[in-house]
Amino acid sequence: MHRFANPARFLRLSALLLPWCAGATVILTILGLWFSLFSSPPDYQQGETVRIMYIHVPAAWMSLFVYTNMAIAAACGLVWKHPLADLFAKAAAPIGAGFTFVCLVTGSLWGAPMWGTWWVWDARLTSVLILFFLYLGYMALVNAFDDPQRGMKAGNVLLLVGIVNVPIIKFSVDWWNTLHQPASVVRMGGPSIDPSMLTPLLVMAGAFTAYFLSVVMLRVRTEIAQRKIQTLRLSVASGVAGDGAVSDGMQG
Amino acid sequence: MNEFLHMGGYAAYVWPAYGIATLVLLGLLVATWKGLRNAEATLKALESARPARRRTRNGSNSTGRKAADQTAGTPAEASEG
Repeated sequence: MHRFANPARFLRLSALLLPWCAGATVILTILGLWFSLFSSPPDYQQGETVRIMYIHVPAAWMSLFVYTNMAIAAACGLVWKHPLADLFAKAAAPIGAGFTFVCLVTGSLWGAPMWGTWWVWDARLTSVLILFFLYLGYMALVNAFDDPQRGMKAGNVLLLVGIVNVPIIKFSVDWWNTLHQPASVVRMGGPSIDPSMLTPLLVMAGAFTAYFLSVVMLRVRTEIAQRKIQTLRLSVASGVAGDGAVSDGMQG
Repeated sequence: MNEFLHMGGYAAYVWPAYGIATLVLLGLLVATWKGLRNAEATLKALESARPARRRTRNGSNSTGRKAADQTAGTPAEASEG
């Protein structure tokens, strides 16, 4: 893993992978929209509102997936001081927050006609709202320090503390009596959902994952460029022409 | 087609859900793209200012430094954050 933590190597690798991820995003999105809007049946109880699920559930999965990845990166950043791990967490945060926001809003739009309410303070909904605030809190914290290294460190600690929320979200529908329905895809004994609805769900999840990979690679590239800019500025300011071509941020 | 858009009477819930997802994901992509181009432009300006600085190291240092500072000025401010 250390081999891929080198910023220069990451730039080369991401330039290679980016077109494939972008292509997969486009193809899977078109396929996913076709499946979820045209070639899947309405639910026998929920009618056409079930089509909201094909956005809502993949977005919810992504909100947890992105956060878990950020927390793993935070651990690597704290333990091995990998600059790229810090940059990954910082780059992924707005995307994760975006997915969580989509999850909350589409859930509300689904709840209004089916539950008769836009929002309830039950365990699942509240814990996902906390996840959204964790994303926002992390983004605010990382940018709150003059020294980016200190901001990253504080943000990483927040990410690791916040990871307790992930299993709480996952099992909230089992542990507490909630209005939200229990899991029907990722559960013991296999999915209890019909294949005609499972297909659009999985294709959309694939599209969201490819989207995340593409955008996060672009954002990490941006962060690396920002680091180089910072190093160059510092070297200019201090009058020392340091070899800051590849800023690795290891000094801090 | 009309029936499709009608979504069995739930059009007011289904279409906003898809609309918001599209808006958020496209918005993030555009912001990311702009940020990357901004950062790369700033970096290029800074790096092209550096060799000039090196050449003048033994002579008058101030001109090279000035050039670097000027190029560093505006575009980066917008791309940060």
